[in-house]
Amino acid sequence: MNNELSAIEKTVLSDYKYGFVTEIEADEAPPGLNEDTIRFISAKKNEPEWMLEWRLKAYKHWLKMEEPTWANIKYDKINYQDIIYYSAPKQKKKVNSLDEIDPELRKTFERLGISLDEQKRLSGVAIDAVIDSVSIGTTFKEQLAELGIIFCSISEAIQEHPELVKKYIGSVVPITDNYFSALNSAVFSDGSFCYIPKGVRCPMELSTYFRINAEGTGQFERTLLIADEGSYVSYLEGCTAPIRDENQLHAAVVELIAMENAEIKYSTVQNWYPGDKDGVGGIYNFVTKRGICQGAHSKISWTQVETGSSITWKYPSVILKGDYSVGEFYSVAVTNNHQQADTGTKMMHLGKNTRSRIVSKGISAGVSNNSYRGLVHVGKNAANARNFSQCDSLLLGDKCGAHTFPYIEVKNNTGVVEHEATTSKIGEDQIFYCNQRGIDTETAVALIINGFAKEVMNQLPMEFAVEAQKLLAISLEGSVG
Amino acid sequence: MLSIKNLHANIDEKKILKGINLEIKPGEVHAIMGPNGSGKSTLASVLAGREHYEVTEGTVEFAGKDLLELSPEERAGEGLFLAFQYPVEIPGLSTTNFIKTAVNEVRKYRGEEALDAVAFLKLMKEKMAMVNIDQSLLSRSLNEGFSGGEKKRNEVFQMAMLQPKLAILDETDSGLDIDAIRIVANGVNKLRNKDNAVLVVTHYQRLLDYIVPDYVHVLYNGRIVKSGPKELAFELEEKGYDFIRDENKVEA
Ligand SMILES: Nc1ncnc2c1ncn2[C@@H]1O[C@H](COP(=O)(O)OP(=O)(O)OP(=O)(O)O)[C@@H](O)[C@H]1O
Ligand SMILES: [Mg+2]
Repeated sequence: MNNELSAIEKTVLSDYKYGFVTEIEADEAPPGLNEDTIRFISAKKNEPEWMLEWRLKAYKHWLKMEEPTWANIKYDKINYQDIIYYSAPKQKKKVNSLDEIDPELRKTFERLGISLDEQKRLSGVAIDAVIDSVSIGTTFKEQLAELGIIFCSISEAIQEHPELVKKYIGSVVPITDNYFSALNSAVFSDGSFCYIPKGVRCPMELSTYFRINAEGTGQFERTLLIADEGSYVSYLEGCTAPIRDENQLHAAVVELIAMENAEIKYSTVQNWYPGDKDGVGGIYNFVTKRGICQGAHSKISWTQVETGSSITWKYPSVILKGDYSVGEFYSVAVTNNHQQADTGTKMMHLGKNTRSRIVSKGISAGVSNNSYRGLVHVGKNAANARNFSQCDSLLLGDKCGAHTFPYIEVKNNTGVVEHEATTSKIGEDQIFYCNQRGIDTETAVALIINGFAKEVMNQLPMEFAVEAQKLLAISLEGSVG
Repeated sequence: MLSIKNLHANIDEKKILKGINLEIKPGEVHAIMGPNGSGKSTLASVLAGREHYEVTEGTVEFAGKDLLELSPEERAGEGLFLAFQYPVEIPGLSTTNFIKTAVNEVRKYRGEEALDAVAFLKLMKEKMAMVNIDQSLLSRSLNEGFSGGEKKRNEVFQMAMLQPKLAILDETDSGLDIDAIRIVANGVNKLRNKDNAVLVVTHYQRLLDYIVPDYVHVLYNGRIVKSGPKELAFELEEKGYDFIRDENKVEA
């Protein structure tokens, strides 16, 4: 192969790789949102009455709420009546095994580098694949079931394990929590469900892959993950969408529950379509993620690599209720061109001797805006709570912005809260140093940002770290030099 | 191998190099000395292709190519190496990983296969011994928190790894203790052969005891105003730059 890439090839390469559309007939609800839409979704999924009631309650609450405006982001008003709230690829009625998945869909995931073929998976990663509003299949279900692990779509869980869903859904993120979580509670169409029984260490990475395909749709997925006493699970989600000049809304809710001595590691590689170089199109990623360390000595760790979306609004949080529980948040957020990100975390220290650690790395390029917003709360009874926060920003060029909004509330004076922040620029001298050693500018930028983000990247499961590194490089291609 | 003819260069419209002429042949060692601010590092930067240094006149031929037409990374690929006077730090990027990328990018430029992990490690072990550098330094972030001497040693290590045709050492001796100078110089000497050349920029004759130059040039106010055999370095050490200043009064 020719080593030298032409300028054109470089541009093509730097474009969003996952922007293709799968031509497949979809079963859709008419656009717009009212009680009938919700009844339609619930009926499509053949849901029990309690689920429908819950949705309707959320909807009524949502109607009374106002879209939040406090984040450091700007966008035109969303018309919620223009959105299609349910879109499912038409498949044979019920898919009993992965072999029966429509080949077109299977191909879609192959192109995304995700094989739904269990034999083809090299490493132990079980996948739930969600396209638009529905899950199209989950791999390795049987092997996991042998250990008592439940890993399936949330729709299936509502049918098969209603007692668990009923008990935990909305227990961490109540329907009244915020505008987008209320909306999600009303119209969520699918997502993943996972339950790890007492004392079980989940032997493989669990993973959900979200894909928006249909036009005009919103994706509202709901993920619920419960780690029972003394269990461990590492979970990863990835997301992509086709290139479109419209803005599509993605408003997900993720709830995590860690019982005594349990540990949940939740990683996200978010690469929704970011919009084009002029800021046209792209996904609005308005997501509520929260975990509760319910039991003593439990641990929840969020790791996120956010490279996509035109707007990202998300604050994966941990409620540290159990004594000695630990919350962690590791984040790399990249914004380029006209992207905007307002992201961070909340660490709510309620139990005694709780600890939290926040490492946030923001990388801004182009004319983008990247904000870290974090809250560390130490409650009255949270004796000896400890938090350490490190927020670093790296700027490429001088037209982008980096902002840090740390909020600290300490109601117990035995707590120790530490915050450090730095802002730096990729220096011309760093690039030249690399150039002088034979390394071209694109590669140099990739090396420098991966160095900058290393502490976070190290938290990712091995299988995904390499992909995530490449993603960082790709999303910044062409932004320097 | 390197042929500089009437080279003029500006930074921000300011004339720094005012007509440099220099011929370096394979196997030779040239030393450049000269007072602070005379343009030594500027010359090195222009040769390496640093941005914002505008060449206004003159030509540079390197290994049969028009050097000024090549990008900095292409110059590196052609075998030009600059040991920086002030090496930069890149936090989080492991030194080993950096050097591995550099070695393989240069190999790619030359149409050679990338070294695999085993071959790379072997090469690294060999060169580490040559310049007496510690493994632990190489697993740290590139130059981050390195002492002045460690940074310089790291530069020489990189030179050893990249095996350039022409190495430009910009004050690699400053900041080194006496033992380190000897080690670094030994490293350079071991790398010398009939096909490559070295250009040493230094303020001190001491280094030239170890890396013995074939020619010494005095750079003064953007020009090479005097060239001579290695003895010229002694003269400079003895008399300082005053006599050069006197000789060039008219020009300055
Ligand atoms: N970026 C710049 N902008 C303006 N002037 C510069 C810049 N870089 C270098 N100069 C000037 O160019 C002149 C030559 O600098 P240079 O670094 O080449 O000197 P040197 O001979 O290497 O000195 P030293 O012995 O102190 O290392 C100096 O007057 C310096 O101030
Ligand atoms: Mg200098």
